[in-house]
Amino acid sequence: MELLKKYPKLFQWLFLLIVFFSLCFAIDVPETYKFIRGQAEFIKDPNQSTYTLFGAEVRYYAFDVFWRLPPLLGWLPIWINDSLFFLMNEWMPMEFWNENTQSYKTRPLVLQLTRNITAFMTFLIELIREVILGGVQTVVAFTSWDWIGANPWAKLPGLPWTIVAAGAVILGYNLSGKGLALFAGIVMIYISIFGQWKPSMQTLSFILVAAPLSFIFGLGLGIAAFKSKRVEKALYPILLVMQTMPQYAVLVPAIVLFGVGDHAAVIITMVVAVPPMILLTLLGLRGIPPEVIEAGRMSGCTNSQLMFKVLIPTARRDILIGVNQVIMVCFSMAVISAFIGAKGLGFNLLLALNQLNIGLALEAGLCISLIAILLDKLSLAWANKQIDYFGNLTFFEQHKNSIFFGGAVLIGIILAFVGSFFFKEGFNYLYEIPHNKGISTADFWNKGVDWVWDTFFQTLKIFNTWLITEVLQPMRALYLRMPAVATLVLVIGAGYIIGGIRSAFVVGGLTLFIALSPWWDRALVTTYMATFGVIISCAIGFTVGTLCFQNKYTTNFMLGVCDIFQTFPSFVYLIPVMMLFGVTDTSVLIAVIVYATIPATRYTIEGLRSVPASLHDAGSMSGVTKLQRLMKIEFPLAFPHMMLGLNQTIVFALFMVIIGAFIGTEDLGQYILKALSDKKGAGIGLTLGVCVAFIGLVFDHLIRTWVDQRKKHLGIN
Amino acid sequence: MTNTVIKCESVYKIFGANAEKMLQEANGNVDAKTFQENGCIVGVNNASFEVSKGEMLVVMGLSGSGKSTLLRCISRLTDATGGKIFIEGQDLLSLNNKELIDIRRNKMGMVFQSFALLPHKTVLENIAFPLQIKGIEDQESINKAMDMVKLVGLDGRENYFPRELSGGQQQRVGIARSLAVEPDIWFLDEPFSALDPLIRKEMQDEFLRLQEKLQKTIMFITHDFDEALKLADRIAIMKDGIIEQLDTPANIVLNPATEYVRKFTEEVPREKVLKIEDIMDKPHNENLSELKVSKDEIIENVAEKILNQERSVGVIDKNNQIVGTVHPSKIINTVFGGKKNND
Repeated sequence: MELLKKYPKLFQWLFLLIVFFSLCFAIDVPETYKFIRGQAEFIKDPNQSTYTLFGAEVRYYAFDVFWRLPPLLGWLPIWINDSLFFLMNEWMPMEFWNENTQSYKTRPLVLQLTRNITAFMTFLIELIREVILGGVQTVVAFTSWDWIGANPWAKLPGLPWTIVAAGAVILGYNLSGKGLALFAGIVMIYISIFGQWKPSMQTLSFILVAAPLSFIFGLGLGIAAFKSKRVEKALYPILLVMQTMPQYAVLVPAIVLFGVGDHAAVIITMVVAVPPMILLTLLGLRGIPPEVIEAGRMSGCTNSQLMFKVLIPTARRDILIGVNQVIMVCFSMAVISAFIGAKGLGFNLLLALNQLNIGLALEAGLCISLIAILLDKLSLAWANKQIDYFGNLTFFEQHKNSIFFGGAVLIGIILAFVGSFFFKEGFNYLYEIPHNKGISTADFWNKGVDWVWDTFFQTLKIFNTWLITEVLQPMRALYLRMPAVATLVLVIGAGYIIGGIRSAFVVGGLTLFIALSPWWDRALVTTYMATFGVIISCAIGFTVGTLCFQNKYTTNFMLGVCDIFQTFPSFVYLIPVMMLFGVTDTSVLIAVIVYATIPATRYTIEGLRSVPASLHDAGSMSGVTKLQRLMKIEFPLAFPHMMLGLNQTIVFALFMVIIGAFIGTEDLGQYILKALSDKKGAGIGLTLGVCVAFIGLVFDHLIRTWVDQRKKHLGIN
Repeated sequence: MTNTVIKCESVYKIFGANAEKMLQEANGNVDAKTFQENGCIVGVNNASFEVSKGEMLVVMGLSGSGKSTLLRCISRLTDATGGKIFIEGQDLLSLNNKELIDIRRNKMGMVFQSFALLPHKTVLENIAFPLQIKGIEDQESINKAMDMVKLVGLDGRENYFPRELSGGQQQRVGIARSLAVEPDIWFLDEPFSALDPLIRKEMQDEFLRLQEKLQKTIMFITHDFDEALKLADRIAIMKDGIIEQLDTPANIVLNPATEYVRKFTEEVPREKVLKIEDIMDKPHNENLSELKVSKDEIIENVAEKILNQERSVGVIDKNNQIVGTVHPSKIINTVFGGKKNND
């Protein structure tokens, strides 16, 4: 009884586990149950039951409700699909003026709207693309095809790569100094020499449209949410779901609304990149001390002056993290949106991966990562730039950047012109080094892969087989062996113990949604893969983080490494693991582990670092050893922050598991990928995405509730 | 035109959902307890006072006494729930947004407890900020700001960022910023509370020096009674939103109006607060000592000299006219005597 009073929570947990396991053992696996392999549900099976709701027929295998709940939400994807179709093709037909045919045409409102947005996006992308690479689309947009036919000179010539490179160097120098200028130069020259110029610039043009638009929308909505409680309340649930929604899942509905191509890619990127921007804007604005706002008011700021000169600059730190996130998401999406026909490096990367040409994929991946890091650093430097009021500069000094750039343009043009004589045959290397005509290290890497395969084939295979048969498959079987009721009891019970009735309802509702969807089994597989990845990632991340924290230099080094790794688009992680493990579950899991270890490590270090120095001293004065200090002081205090790291780790792991479907897994991701090529996939894709998001949210909610309580208990904020 | 710059008439500030309705129903008889039961918190309760030109009114009170709320009502950072506030005869509460911004840009300056500097701007940019907001051209505002930098003695640090400065230096920037637009009215919200005692004293002296030069109309908020005594022309002591007493430092020390005020004054060394003028007797034709003291002297500064005399000492005003006398025993009474040694 004493013990019960001392640790009431412990006994609640024990009780919950006992109920859970007894449910697991009490409910037998039905004889007819088997894990349905992919494609199987397209075959009509006489054993299936059906029901019809909202005119949609849902087929399913009926089991005892304790074992698997019937897919009562099976109508949802079909219904979403039909509604989308209705919205696009039938709702609110209106008369619209058509420039080309000079006549009115009847079109549904939504279709017209999306087409207008599409046209605008296409114009923006083409504009940047043609300034850099040359073309006629932009000129046509202002004139007509006939005019361009009559005036062939009016085509935009495109800039020689030397000029763009010089521009990047000057920009880097202007914003930060020699270091950044050097880095910009190296990146640009690397891209050009390795023959990735054209796809890189295509990707860049896509990002130069997507990133600023996402930034503006995110900032705007963030401000709106800051100013109005109502807007915030409306946005909040969407933001939550979007944070854990896999990026794949957004692709499918976007195709329906906006078609395929670069413009659709921009819109999807915005959909994914805007939510974190909103959240961080809101966080930053909320964190401003009230006295700073009052100081602004007393200085006589109008509302807009207050917002743009006081609030936003003061919240700069968080907003910059938002910009950083936007850029990361943009590059990540640059690859993923290649699935829906965006041009550029992502497309090449996917193509190379499909052909298992690891070397080429590696080069494209490296290019994306380099550009991502460059843009990230440039944007950071831009935000930190200072103005010098007392420089008393000469005309030359004031305008030296424009002068240098003008010079660079001139020299670039002359070089390109000279080059056109020099390289009479074939390509003018001083103008643009064409794709695949530069230096390529692909062969080297491919040989390397072959060598790895030849040399370590046996070892890798043994490891692979061992992992799959001894660890992964039993684990998966265990997950699938859970009766739905037992899982629900476990989740709801955990919610109740951690956060009371309200949490129990929230997590119960989220889980119930998945359980009532037709993909419960898949969701279990997704969860198992994510769990496996998270456990290993956390073990590695917490250990590495703790070890690195022991020394100031290793701490900074590790944080730097995390920064760089985080900038890599998620897809890039698949390349090296495919080199080593080929197309197997192991590859996916290792990619998951590598990717998810980043937040685990980062948050461990940050958490440990946030322990106040006075406590260190207090510990030292009490005569603790280093280990005691770690165990008794640092860990307990850093633990809440580390748990937030766990939260991020779970989200990252889920993302990677879903992306891993590209290699071939049997979870929700595979279905999302399938929905991409399905004409009626929009509803399925969206519902699947929501399922994945809900898995993430269940963990997110539990962890956050616990962390908040713990922080309150420890008195840290 | 009178000399009154700030005038408050029964100002109320009540926080809560239906504060206004409750205030109307209370009919000028606000009781904090009944309000609290109805979910309202009384911040300022029936504050009426005037501040005249060039005067420094110090509002003193412990945390939660409503002193900062009162200041924010007068600067209209929050809207008062009831009452009237006049700034140079202009009804502050009737101003629209544009007029309010205008008055803030030209007439008011404010200094904050936590300095409230903009972290992304340098010292110079911070000081120039109100000028730039006003629409003054860059170079001119920077030049003006540079003058302010010199005024508060931060030359050489104008390109530092706030995070690179000590607390005292940061508050100098805050002071310079609030003075940049040359306001007539200067609000200071516990400006020195976040500073170390030594720096605080230094800043107080600096502040007095500045005020002597600038002669602004000042409302100064503090929770430090000693600070209030040192700086104030008049002190308002607040408790639970009510102004308990508003008077000169000497009168507050000598005649505390309520038990609450008395508690503050008990510990105060009178000789450091009172001037000769406050304890002198009417001039009479007794034999006076050769020593003459000015009526504006603080007792402490002349006590030793007076105590060395055997006869009464003459008190003179600025024109060297004798306006009163002080007997050495009076000094002893003041320093060591009971509470009712003088009226």
